Amino acid sequence: MIAFVRRRPLLTGVVAFLVLVLLLSSFPTVPETRQAVVVRFGKPERILNRYEPGRPIGSPGAGLSYRIPFVDQIVWIDKRVLAVDMEPQPVLSTDQRRLMVDAYARYRIVDPLLMYIRSTTEENLKSQLQTILRSEVRNELGRQTFAALLSPERQGIMDDVRNSLNAQASKFGVEIVDVRIKKTDLPDGTPLQSAFESMRTAREQEARSIRAQGLKQAQIIRAQADADASKTYAASFGQDPQFYDFYRAMQSYLTTFVGDGQDKPAPTNIILSPQNEYLKEFTGRNAPPK
Amino acid sequence: MSNILGWGGRVRGLFTDDKGPWGPSSSGGDEPPQDDGHGGPWGGSPGGRRVLGGRTVIPIEEMLRRGRMRFRGGGGRPDGSLILWAVLGFIAIWLIFTSTHSIEPGQRGVVTRFGRYSYTLGPGVGLTLPSPIDRVQKVDVESIRSADLGSQSSEDLMLTGDQNLLDIAYSVRWNVKNPEWYLFQLAQPDETIQQVAESAMRSVISQVTLQDAMGDKRSEIETQVADRMQHILDGYRSGIAVQGVAIQQADPPAEVNDAFKEVTAAQQDAKSYINQANAYALQLTAKAQGEAAAFDKVYQQYKLAPEVTRRRMYYETMEQVLAKVPKTIVEAPGVAPYLALPQVQKTQSQQEQQQ
Repeated sequence: MIAFVRRRPLLTGVVAFLVLVLLLSSFPTVPETRQAVVVRFGKPERILNRYEPGRPIGSPGAGLSYRIPFVDQIVWIDKRVLAVDMEPQPVLSTDQRRLMVDAYARYRIVDPLLMYIRSTTEENLKSQLQTILRSEVRNELGRQTFAALLSPERQGIMDDVRNSLNAQASKFGVEIVDVRIKKTDLPDGTPLQSAFESMRTAREQEARSIRAQGLKQAQIIRAQADADASKTYAASFGQDPQFYDFYRAMQSYLTTFVGDGQDKPAPTNIILSPQNEYLKEFTGRNAPPK
Repeated sequence: MSNILGWGGRVRGLFTDDKGPWGPSSSGGDEPPQDDGHGGPWGGSPGGRRVLGGRTVIPIEEMLRRGRMRFRGGGGRPDGSLILWAVLGFIAIWLIFTSTHSIEPGQRGVVTRFGRYSYTLGPGVGLTLPSPIDRVQKVDVESIRSADLGSQSSEDLMLTGDQNLLDIAYSVRWNVKNPEWYLFQLAQPDETIQQVAESAMRSVISQVTLQDAMGDKRSEIETQVADRMQHILDGYRSGIAVQGVAIQQADPPAEVNDAFKEVTAAQQDAKSYINQANAYALQLTAKAQGEAAAFDKVYQQYKLAPEVTRRRMYYETMEQVLAKVPKTIVEAPGVAPYLALPQVQKTQSQQEQQQ
């Protein structure tokens, strides 16, 4: 053996190298994030590190494995939760209103063998799932009214979408973890503009109503003040209506003919008859009897 | 000894051609220093350097054997063993560097053995098996990361429960609570967080009115979104902890902003109407109270001597009134006096002008 090595060092080197490569390729390491299908001449042989629900990380599955070099091929398949995203999709509600819906689904490949048989690669699977997601979202949401579409979680609509999606996806060895609506938008153009318009008119209505309410309250406050003032006056003046009449008349004359100190009253000519009460002493008529 | 030389020669013969499969052999980087006095390490020929270039393809066992033989064969040629030492040193350094890991505070080192999760290293220096066997992935668990959603510059419209549109921008703060899950469970964690945040925010906003979303229910919405996100992310077993959601902006869309300003203006107007009315009320009440009090005072005095007070007030008033206005007294009874009223007024205004 040693003699052979000495005679043909290069050959030995090459052989040793090949042995090393063979050795390495016979014992592939399976990471936690992947599962694999071992295919022998096109026929699936074994599944490595298959996903099983509830199994903790670090349990047997991942780690060192084996294969027959050149005979067994390993097809790696992701074990993690993957995402499939949908292009925004117009959905027509039962009340004939259009909404752009953007949804995504999270899924996990639970049966790598089935997935390998049906889709071969993860890219294929993704595009297949995308198609299914699109049609399911449209089907399920198309049965709803517009108001229900706005918050599909509340009515459990998303659960329906997930269940029907799951039924389809299980044929590909895929379990749908979650389907969610990322965005619901009004389509550009008329629907968006009319939404803006309705917002605008609603605000205008609100503004008017606020002003009217303000005016109403102001009026009530004034009326209340008037009423209070009347009450105060009545309580005071009601003590002697006759004297009030006289007192107020005197005030009134002053204000009318002399002014209240602020405005100059209109010019006045007074023509008095001698019969006037004020002039009764002027004529001496009412002189007390002596 | 001789066969070693022959060996060397044979190998040398293979590599004298510079256009060997490994390129020009003189480019060999870490060859030992050339021993000038003794010639090349592989038999004293100048071609020895070239032989070194081929060192990499000779399997390690062979090297070891060669080194051993060299030791046995003659101490005068330590060059072969130098390579051996270099290899050993390299391996030692490799072992040291790949089996000790310094984990910084706030980090965790997730150890996988041949790909399978083994254990997690805490902060400090951790020991593992060397590299191809154990691998360590460091994950930052303490530092809070942040993702911004819905930009503040462009419009990101969201439908509210009352079918209005809201222009919203918010950010999510999160960290890793379970490094193993974070590494192994979720394909694209960052993208996932963004999508989950969008979905959670949309579902919460679609259940509140526009007023609530813009106004004081903001913090309530933030907590609801954070809770919902945490729930969804836990469903994925993502190992992510949502620390909080912050709404940076929640405004009406620019197209209808004027109408919203109009509402604010209306509120101001309404307030000013009420203020004016209140001022009026205060004034009126004060006036009424003042007048009533004045009447009360006069009336008290009047009651003491009604007739005298009454006459006194009458004459005082008349004095004041008649003192300041032009007066005409018509004496003859039964005669209707002719008065040219416009004439009177004219003379009056002339008087005023003269004044």
